[in-house]
Amino acid sequence: MKVLLRNPRREVEMKGPVTVSVLLERLDVNPESVLVICGDELVTRDARLSDDATVELRPVISGGAT
Amino acid sequence: MKCRVCRGPAVIDVRRHNAAFCRDHFLAHCTEQVRRTISEHKMIGPGERVLVAVSGGKDSLALWDLLQRLEYDVDGLYLGLGIGDYSDESGRYAREFARSRNLKLHEIDLAADFGYTIPEAAAATRRPPCGACGLSKRHLFDQVAMERGYDVVVTGHNLDDEAAVLLGNVLRWETEYLARQHPVLPARSGFPRKAKPLVRLAERETAAYCVLVGIDYIVEECPMAEGNRHLGYKAVLNELERQSPGTKAAFLHGFVDRASPRFASAASEHSLQTCASCGAPTSGEICAFCRLQSRVRAQ
Repeated sequence: MKVLLRNPRREVEMKGPVTVSVLLERLDVNPESVLVICGDELVTRDARLSDDATVELRPVISGGAT
Repeated sequence: MKCRVCRGPAVIDVRRHNAAFCRDHFLAHCTEQVRRTISEHKMIGPGERVLVAVSGGKDSLALWDLLQRLEYDVDGLYLGLGIGDYSDESGRYAREFARSRNLKLHEIDLAADFGYTIPEAAAATRRPPCGACGLSKRHLFDQVAMERGYDVVVTGHNLDDEAAVLLGNVLRWETEYLARQHPVLPARSGFPRKAKPLVRLAERETAAYCVLVGIDYIVEECPMAEGNRHLGYKAVLNELERQSPGTKAAFLHGFVDRASPRFASAASEHSLQTCASCGAPTSGEICAFCRLQSRVRAQ
């Protein structure tokens, strides 16, 4: 599957099918720090992602002036 | 996963509540969290005019949308910081949000209106840019609110923001800052009331809210914030949260409910006078915002 990551923006290929939890573990991404979007849909950590899926891991952490 | 409310397919799980939600019940959950926060801390009274500080990011746009949903009288204020493409793009998101909903958005451009940008201010002060950015925002949000008759300024600080600030203040025992860290600060002479209605929502939830409502926002991080201390605190807290869901909320809300009053005596009561340059309230002769402008001009 195609996985889009940001900061910096890049794309990686991962083998599917796999659950969201396992995908995040393999990429060493903390589930608290991203939304997982498959196609145009938000998916929960138990969702199964097929080998031909396109998935965005959208970071949710912002920082700066408070 | 199934929605906690209707048992339909869930689109997001919130581990600290041990719950998952479908789209509609997640939006209702977020709205209820904000309604409850505003009510509990008496943030906005009936008929009051609200000014929301809008950056074009997920938190401020979600907040503006939520306050509309709750039928408050809310206008926005966008501050152009002059941070290259990032500012150009974030301004476009803020304007598009306001235009598509027929909402009023005030705009201030630091370069055009005050003669400096945040990168220039950081260079002139030789300090991290977030310092000059925060100072400029606080001063100008207060000024616009006072001049245009808004009762309260609301900002999109969320659970993660506030927990990270709290961790930083505790690690250094900044007792004066701890005394002022509260979801609402009352109005005082020359300053409007300030409130943070999103403190019960984590930033993953405000991002999900925007995706589910269809709000376009700037996803890229501010280039000036990269590597700052605040982001480091967030990473530490998220690691704790991964191991023990609910840690961030317990840390922040436990502080507000049980520890905050113990720091009240550390709040310094500076006597305020009027800035000789701009007329804003200040503890010195010239306010920090005017001093910052002078330093940039002197470069």
